[in-house]
Amino acid sequence: MPIKVLIPTPLRPYAGKQSSVEVTAKTVGEALNSLVTQHPDLRKHLFAEDGKLRSFVNVYLNDEDIRYLAKDATPAKETDTISIVPSVAGGL
Amino acid sequence: MALRIQKILLDQLRSHGEQTYPHECCGVLVGEFDEAANKTVQTVVACGNTRTDSPQNRYHISPAELIRIQREAALVGLDIVGFYHSHPDWPAKWSSTDLDEAHWTGCSYVITSVEKGKAVLTNSFLLLGEEQTKHFEDEVIEVGETIQEQQNR
Repeated sequence: MPIKVLIPTPLRPYAGKQSSVEVTAKTVGEALNSLVTQHPDLRKHLFAEDGKLRSFVNVYLNDEDIRYLAKDATPAKETDTISIVPSVAGGL
Repeated sequence: MALRIQKILLDQLRSHGEQTYPHECCGVLVGEFDEAANKTVQTVVACGNTRTDSPQNRYHISPAELIRIQREAALVGLDIVGFYHSHPDWPAKWSSTDLDEAHWTGCSYVITSVEKGKAVLTNSFLLLGEEQTKHFEDEVIEVGETIQEQQNR
């Protein structure tokens, strides 16, 4: 059973208009790589030129921010859900 | 393209700005997109402003809160269609910070000016383009008394 990756509204045009994509992976990093292999147009929206996640892209494994886990190396299993959430902020 | 919202929901987000004055309020608009990319708001979800270091001129919604809202919306077949925040004693226009920090292309960014504690103007701006070309365009807010009335427009 694959891992589900939830795609937020603004990224769906680059993921075949799907709200979720299933991937097979053992870590969050592998899952994201599998995601951008399936949907190459997503790559530049998720990753900077140096290959790191863009600063405004948050990735959660279930309810945990992967920055506070093991980042890309965070283990993922089949019952997990990965959420991609661009940040929401602003001000005067 | 337009943002359709019931008056009771519009009043809800405007009054949130009055409650948090002189600090900025913020929240999420949950609803539906139609084929013409119009949005109909079904629920307004008030969020906490995590920018406690500068809440009078900055807002930030916790990603964990966004994930929860996104998940609960999906359970009933809805989506995040936009966001709202207030500008205390400042016009209801997007700022350069608002544009820099906006990343939800295709979504509405609703801003209410709150002057001396009273909500005055509410405007909506649609985020378009990609990260390098992103920009806001003015968006019409269609206010209805009921959801049925909105959908019949």
